[in-house]
Amino acid sequence: MSSPARRPAPEPVQPNMYRYDEFDAQFVSERVTQFAYQVERRLKGELTEDQFKPLRLMNGLYLQLHAYMLRIAVPYGTLSSKQMRKLAHIARTYDKNFGHFTTRTNLQFNWIKLVDVPAILRELADVEMHCIQTSGNCVRNVTADQFAGATDEEIEDPRPLSEIIRQWSSLHPEFVFLARKFKIAVGACEKDRAALQYHDMAVQVVRNSEGRTGYKVMAGGGMGRTPYLAHTMSEFVAREDILAYLEAVLRVYNMDSRRDNIHKQRIKILINTIGVEEMRRRVDREFQELKAMGTLQLPQRELDRIAAYFAPPRFETGLSDVIPDAGPDFANWVKTNIAKHKAPGYAIATITLKTPGQVPGDATSEQMDIIADLMDEFSVGEVRVTHEQNLVLPHVRKQDLPAIYARLKELDFAAPNAGLITDIIACPGLDYCDLANARSIPIAQSIARKFENLDRQHQIGELKIKISGCINACGHHHAGHIGILGVDKKGVEFYQLLLGGSGAEDASVGVIMGPGFGEHEIADAVERVVNVYIAERQTGERFLDTYRRIGMDKFKAAAYETAAA
Amino acid sequence: MSKLLKSGAFVEDAYAAVADDAALPEGAVLVSLPRFQKEREALLARNTALGIRLQSHENPEILGADLHHFALVALEFPKFRDGRAFSWARILRTRLGFKGEIRAVGDFLYDQMNYQHRVGFNAWEVPDHFTVEQFTKALTEMTNVYQPSSDGRKTIRELRASS
Amino acid sequence: MVFPGAMAHQNHGPQMLTANRLRDGEVLYRKADGWVLFLDQGEVYQDQAAAEAALAAANAELVQNNFVAPYLFEVRLADSRVHPVKEREIIRAAGPTVHPHTGKQAGPHHV
Repeated sequence: MSSPARRPAPEPVQPNMYRYDEFDAQFVSERVTQFAYQVERRLKGELTEDQFKPLRLMNGLYLQLHAYMLRIAVPYGTLSSKQMRKLAHIARTYDKNFGHFTTRTNLQFNWIKLVDVPAILRELADVEMHCIQTSGNCVRNVTADQFAGATDEEIEDPRPLSEIIRQWSSLHPEFVFLARKFKIAVGACEKDRAALQYHDMAVQVVRNSEGRTGYKVMAGGGMGRTPYLAHTMSEFVAREDILAYLEAVLRVYNMDSRRDNIHKQRIKILINTIGVEEMRRRVDREFQELKAMGTLQLPQRELDRIAAYFAPPRFETGLSDVIPDAGPDFANWVKTNIAKHKAPGYAIATITLKTPGQVPGDATSEQMDIIADLMDEFSVGEVRVTHEQNLVLPHVRKQDLPAIYARLKELDFAAPNAGLITDIIACPGLDYCDLANARSIPIAQSIARKFENLDRQHQIGELKIKISGCINACGHHHAGHIGILGVDKKGVEFYQLLLGGSGAEDASVGVIMGPGFGEHEIADAVERVVNVYIAERQTGERFLDTYRRIGMDKFKAAAYETAAA
Repeated sequence: MSKLLKSGAFVEDAYAAVADDAALPEGAVLVSLPRFQKEREALLARNTALGIRLQSHENPEILGADLHHFALVALEFPKFRDGRAFSWARILRTRLGFKGEIRAVGDFLYDQMNYQHRVGFNAWEVPDHFTVEQFTKALTEMTNVYQPSSDGRKTIRELRASS
Repeated sequence: MVFPGAMAHQNHGPQMLTANRLRDGEVLYRKADGWVLFLDQGEVYQDQAAAEAALAAANAELVQNNFVAPYLFEVRLADSRVHPVKEREIIRAAGPTVHPHTGKQAGPHHV
């Protein structure tokens, strides 16, 4: 990126989102003091590494390949400009001037020193941020649809409930030493932009036949070694009962999960072992008692109180509802990166952090600062992080889109590729991660470069490629239309192809094609697979649809035809 | 070596922990579940307090109506990461209405004591060097809590409503 | 409670020993009784016995709380330099391949 001369920063805008009261602020502050004491004890040897590890993980701190990595929570993907500027500041002051947006909508820094973490946490607390439970065997960051509060597709904004779940799960005394991690997502649309069915537990806002709003609860989804799609636990949980229900699910999981084999300790394994019916029976038993106890009941006035924080911004009226003409490049960007907003004259703008050649999901501190400026100037001070490692400006005026696009071009974040083949998800992989078997970022870069031509990208249409550097699947490869899994074959990086996965409402688990491809073969193999799609597709079919119609064989034959040489 | 912390002070352990194959001494005894199941009649016939030590995979509901015979339930942490006992304590206090001593034994951390206290533990087997000050500190690191539990503390939501 | 430490490799080739510095996560390589920051300054153990002895010594020093997670890894000698056998150790010794201005590959003053 050519460093643009920094314009004078606009007046900071505080978006409508949850704001800490004195209790929340004290909670986060005391948590920092608690962790600082744990660090002190570790450095003195009063805690061994084995004892300290779960404690630091529950404050987001990993020991990775090169250094410590700190994972900062971005609850339901929502950030204010003030928070974005603080993240930029932390990148500059404590790290190497960049951060990485993750597939759970958090932000990671890769070059952190243990001894700096208490100071970093204090700085985060200043802007109502934290790293609480972003790792460890506990309830993790609650994620939600990145278009929440802006789309007309939702029954209601899923974020108030997400915030309530966040508070309920924070240092929940019964659930801080679970068998494994526990990930929760919340949705409120038919369209699933938060990959609900791949979560340990998911809550979807629904309306029953009487028109009453309540929650469908699913559980047992997950990626990793053994991917599963979630099962429905309850078609309809009444609003006031939801925390009692979620607590019931967590309790059954905590009590009944295996503890003897780390690869078999997610809730998906429990449900698959005992069966959905039995799981529902056990959950229901706990639920009836917890509900009767009454202490977890969620009154409508509390829901309303939290929802008020997320009230929509005051939308201007009388705006033009036509997106201005600003040239063919801009038009291309609008085609893919703009979604319909519920308010006339407004749009939802996706900033893909996927310009071909870039590290997917990364932003420098300079870019973060400029994005903060864009947030203030064009999007009521607000941005959303997506699980596809992109950003969303949720409330922009259509008439401002050309100016926004021009500014994104200066940032090198104007790739018109949301949902296209170059909008690739990739985990940090072997370049950074202690768990990885293979690098994923260079593979993403090589594929993106190969398909860089925009006409070709549009010809191909929607194609979600997801790359993981190991079986832990942080790159969500099981949910890729084309998934790529890095493996270690006798010390050499190899890449397996999977086809037909989806993390949307039409969720499916990708199917492994066969033996892996080498680092320099994989992009060509992907190209041969894509060519089969182009040759075989019927009108209106995405890659995923063609695969579902014709199956694996032709794709497989093409993929291996040159590799066999 | 260890000592017993109960309700915020160090106390003599009234119970003798008895191995499965050892003879029962006079006085209050703490036995395992298999031993209780094997010698139930004899143990219940004694005129002394009875304690049971449950392993992390043993749900207290197994005891059924016999639970009311015990004044002490010791819940074992085989490895501090095994957090099942947090649910066992909660169930003891809620569903099973147990009012006696729930004791944390085995491998657990200072950093877990607040959570243990919240879910209903009121006694801890701790190393000799452990102090009451440390216990107090463990319980007061976090002034407020978001969710209701067995310690009866007001949640942040309740405090907000009354402020 | 003792940190378990890595099991020694069953390996016939030369090995080195690595760990992370506790306070800042910096990657370390064993040399004699101490640690250095760069792979090519570290000690190579030609046989299994020497490697295991080094690992045992490091494990015994964990109580000093200066470093964590020591483990052995294979190296080979080529063009009079030491090269890790596994990709992971190559990357760990140099830095991320996608950010060549970061990590040890950026030079001795990167810390």
